[in-house]
Amino acid sequence: MLGYLTKRLVSLLASLFVASVVIFSVVEVVPGDPAAFMLGMNARPDTIAALRAELGLDGSVVERYLAWVGGMMRGDFGISYTYRTPVADMIADRLWVSLPLALFALTLTVVIAIPAGLFAASRRGRAGDYSIVGATQIGIAVPNFWFAMILILIFAIQLRWFSAGGFPGWQDGFWTGLKALVLPAVALALPQAAILTRVMRSSLIEVLGEDFMRTARAKGLSSGAAIWRHGLRNALIPVLTIIGLQFAFLLAGGIIIEQVFALPGLGRLVFQAISQRDLIVVESVVMLLVFAVIMTNFLVDLAYVAVDPRLRRRA
Amino acid sequence: MKRFLLAASVAAFAISGPVWAADHLTIGIQLEPPHLDPTGAAAGAIDDVTYGNIFEGLTRFTEDGSIVPSLAESWQISNDGLTYTFKLRDGVQFHDGTDMNAEDVKFSLDRARGDDSTNAQKGLFAGIADVVVVDPLTVEVRLSETDGNFLFNMAWGDAAIVAPESIGTIKTNPIGTGAFKFSNWVQGDRVELVRNDAYWGQAAALESATFKFISDPIAAFSAMMAGDLDAFSQFPAPENLVQFEADDRYKVLIGSTEGETILSTNNKAAPFDNVNVRKALALAINRQEIIDGAQFGYGTPIGTHFAPHHPAFVELTGNSPHDPDAARALLAEAGLADGVTVSLKLPPPSYARRGGEIIAAQLRAVGINTEISNLEWAQWLEEVFRNKDYNLTIVAHTEPMDIGIYANPDYYFQYDNAVFQALMGELRRTTDEEIRSQLLQQAQRIISEDYVNGFLFQLPRLTVAKREVEGLWANAPTQAVDLTGVRWAK
Repeated sequence: MLGYLTKRLVSLLASLFVASVVIFSVVEVVPGDPAAFMLGMNARPDTIAALRAELGLDGSVVERYLAWVGGMMRGDFGISYTYRTPVADMIADRLWVSLPLALFALTLTVVIAIPAGLFAASRRGRAGDYSIVGATQIGIAVPNFWFAMILILIFAIQLRWFSAGGFPGWQDGFWTGLKALVLPAVALALPQAAILTRVMRSSLIEVLGEDFMRTARAKGLSSGAAIWRHGLRNALIPVLTIIGLQFAFLLAGGIIIEQVFALPGLGRLVFQAISQRDLIVVESVVMLLVFAVIMTNFLVDLAYVAVDPRLRRRA
Repeated sequence: MKRFLLAASVAAFAISGPVWAADHLTIGIQLEPPHLDPTGAAAGAIDDVTYGNIFEGLTRFTEDGSIVPSLAESWQISNDGLTYTFKLRDGVQFHDGTDMNAEDVKFSLDRARGDDSTNAQKGLFAGIADVVVVDPLTVEVRLSETDGNFLFNMAWGDAAIVAPESIGTIKTNPIGTGAFKFSNWVQGDRVELVRNDAYWGQAAALESATFKFISDPIAAFSAMMAGDLDAFSQFPAPENLVQFEADDRYKVLIGSTEGETILSTNNKAAPFDNVNVRKALALAINRQEIIDGAQFGYGTPIGTHFAPHHPAFVELTGNSPHDPDAARALLAEAGLADGVTVSLKLPPPSYARRGGEIIAAQLRAVGINTEISNLEWAQWLEEVFRNKDYNLTIVAHTEPMDIGIYANPDYYFQYDNAVFQALMGELRRTTDEEIRSQLLQQAQRIISEDYVNGFLFQLPRLTVAKREVEGLWANAPTQAVDLTGVRWAK
């Protein structure tokens, strides 16, 4: 158990180090000078030089890498070149949108997918199963941004129940904030729910064919109770893996949905920062996302241990 | 009970949300300003939010492009044209309650032209030799040579008068003298302004205003249609304007801008170092087709680098009518009968990306093949603008009255004409409006007849607003979304 955790932890740290080097070098070689971008076409060379000095773009590559990594370890992500505010504050602001959105969408995904998968597996080969499999087929095929636009068309433009986009912030109350996230969360969740439903269904079908399930029925459990007591727990391992991947995707990959709904989230921040060559923001956000993905995987590894006693004993 | 709770919370969802009084306006713009200091970056979005609303200069632009007094009530120009004595308005206060006086003017101008200045238009201040405070309400600006553009230059957002006390935090908490005060900025989403009740001039009709940043054209359309926004300045989806025009809840304002959209040409690189090849290029272009295809019909054809709404404008599209046969003949004469391949590098705006494909087809018809590459702005600035590594590119030059860029041989088109340069020198030294106008017309003719660039069209200013919103600027004489005169029709 302890050995298992140590191994995971070491690989986590190594991944973070490699990621930081890769991110920094990629951003270094991207063409485009942030100072020239900010000052535009009429700027004079001396003005650009003055701004470069002000932004601290003069040092050597190694110096700047060390300053960046060292800063991050102290929680200091530096100052954004374009916005001139601390990157940590900007990221925190955006996380207040992206994190609730990802959690909201993930909750919807799980709430839809687990019962739907259970239902389909238990009705395997019957009408209920076919209609759910058909629905997931559509859910996977339809791109989420298109789905988002349809939602806007119906619920914002026609019915006017929701705003077409934007985020008022949490200061006007929890419901106001949550309301602004409903359409984006639904748009993000449905394709993910379709994927997760299929994983849940096939994983459960596989488990249902196992000997211990037959034994459970033989000792007198009803089919529902057998699934509940013995089937579900065994079917959950692959489902957990997918949920972990989905959370990372929802946090980092919401960019298109953020764009369609004009939400000030992390994805849009990094997109904007790339086009403005706000390199320090790009580096920090990407690093943070890498950290989030690696941590999620680490937590999923821990969750395996929780649902699978064999891992506890073996390790 | 559970079902009831669910229904109730859905209902609460549908009803809640900010309800604004009739004296509030929410206006969309496409890009978010990086910060709110108009004197410290080129981003047009800074001026959209701050120009005339938060910050003011000695002079200012009005909607028709004329220059009127702003913080300077009046001025006198010495006989040699070298000294401008500005009489400042009495009783003007910054939003933090401090007085605006001659010291602030001196501070602002000296800061903009100083050695460590990061003013994106530092050239505007290059002619200033000295700024002298005569008394708290009088300031004298001495120039090193006469400059007929000086009062015009002082109207730019980059020449805003700022206070030394608030300069440290100007980027996130701008303190100006305008009719609106900065109130709040939710980064990535919106900037909020409130009325300045201590304003020296006509108070704004709106009590508060919100600038909302929506970069995606479809999201902008949805937000207007859903009623989230009261107006959208520089609406990014011209293809959807017809829908707003047909809907009587909305109106569409079509105005002009200072943006000359041109097929910029590298005058030093073969084959366009030859004036006849450049002429062939100009004759190969069908402007109307580009305006219809890339701009959905919105845009005014231009035959030179000058805004058509300006009094000194000369109509010169006749120099380059669409004539593919003549273009082919010119190319054959230049030894390019077998065709030639050139690069066409396109920045992100849709006029460039969409227009680029149409131009590529038009050029192919006369035997000029283009290799199109799409660049981001930062890449474009480095590759095309700084390193001049290109044959053709498409870009709108949005600075007002910028024909002077053709006098700079190091500018990215690399046009080097001593006659034109002398003419611009003369223009700078001339203050008489009549003569200036003649010089400007001469300048327009020279670059048109030299076919320096492919002159395409003047970028329109497209604003969508709810029908009851009055007083929005239709034109954009400078980058600005001036809300001081905006009101709701009763």
